[in-house]
Amino acid sequence: MREIFHLSTGEVAPDNKTVLELQGIPRRVEPPVRIIGILDEAADMFLSLAEPRGLLETVEQEEFAGIYSGDGRNEPETPLQWIYPQASTLALFTVTVGARVCVRIRELFAVNEPALGYMLDSVASAAADKAADLAADRLKSKLREEYGRDSMPEVLPYSPGYCGWHISGQRRLFERLRPEEIGVTLNDSFLMSPLKSVSGVLAAGPAQIHSFDDTFPFCSACTTHSCRERIAEID
Amino acid sequence: MEILEQIANKLEQGDHEAVAKLTQQAMDEKIATTQILNEGLIAGMDVVGEKFRLHEIFLPDVLLAAKAMNAGMELLKPLLIKDDIPAVGKVVIGSVQGDLHDIGKNLVGIMLKGAGFEVVDLGSDVSPQSFVDTAVEQSAPVIGMSALLTTTMPVMGQVVNMLEERNLRGKIRTIIGGAPVSKDFAAQIGADDYGFDAANAVVRVKALVGIG
Repeated sequence: MREIFHLSTGEVAPDNKTVLELQGIPRRVEPPVRIIGILDEAADMFLSLAEPRGLLETVEQEEFAGIYSGDGRNEPETPLQWIYPQASTLALFTVTVGARVCVRIRELFAVNEPALGYMLDSVASAAADKAADLAADRLKSKLREEYGRDSMPEVLPYSPGYCGWHISGQRRLFERLRPEEIGVTLNDSFLMSPLKSVSGVLAAGPAQIHSFDDTFPFCSACTTHSCRERIAEID
Repeated sequence: MEILEQIANKLEQGDHEAVAKLTQQAMDEKIATTQILNEGLIAGMDVVGEKFRLHEIFLPDVLLAAKAMNAGMELLKPLLIKDDIPAVGKVVIGSVQGDLHDIGKNLVGIMLKGAGFEVVDLGSDVSPQSFVDTAVEQSAPVIGMSALLTTTMPVMGQVVNMLEERNLRGKIRTIIGGAPVSKDFAAQIGADDYGFDAANAVVRVKALVGIG
């Protein structure tokens, strides 16, 4: 199955607390009115500029093994190396919020509007992550249609550059998936353009296959440990 | 001087219109340009920086203050140039070759300017040659490099090596930053310093040039 899909800006628009957290403002803190004003302005700007869309394509496990191994630069042990062999379905995916938002962010910095530019950057980052979650939901719905309500897989996204999967893994992923079809390209440093894009693999299976402890050697360098929240949501 | 305190206060509040108005008023009152700069604008940004360091305010507040600082600086700039008043220092910054992420680098640039530095921003995807050549041409004693990809971090080491080859180590110092970068990595490649965030980068750059 290969599918291009379009998302509405409303679907990917993040909640305020998530954006403010990216700005370094903890959820428990009530920010000043002027910061909320900037956030509202950035959110409106995002809604008018974003063009969110995605692409996903199912792959067989054997083929994904080759994509995952990439240039051989992954960490010796990673969560994904144990997760994907247990997954019932694997799908490569790419999502993006589009180039116009990224252009506007740069423009805002250039015209001495750094607060608004940085806020829009945070909105767009959070939206790109939300688009990845929506791609996972999309696959989940399709699997339920195919396999029936009794088969209720949990689907989570995993991306190169995280959790031991070396960022160079983007190359084989892009060669196979061809996200250029939705306007997302990869440079020699494995940087996606537009910047506010997410790519990786969606792994579908029982909740327990996604469960792991953050005790891998590379976990100590991680600044977010966002895996904890994702795993807790499906447990 | 009351008006300079007002400039500093309004800057802390991020009121760029008030800062511009008061800066013009101070200029009209023939207050020395360096006084307006140091006791008004930079004094206000120093307080902002300290409050940010102590987590009393957040980055959006700092950026609003930076916008206000810029509003004042735009008015002072012609006088600073005319009177040949130097900045506290000059820094060449950029995101390294292969990396197009520039938010962090932009924030560092904004905060360095807020601290009175002259910033030569080379943008993103900057080659080692560009960093070094520009620092030499601009007589900048500090090069600041940002990377957000592990694959682009090695470029930072290439800049340090190039400075070594051209006998510029010590004359031109390097400071690095970015999400995958660490103090250990800085030591590994021989960079002079590491900034863990934009505010810390300013503190470290001040130390590198021997001020603050």
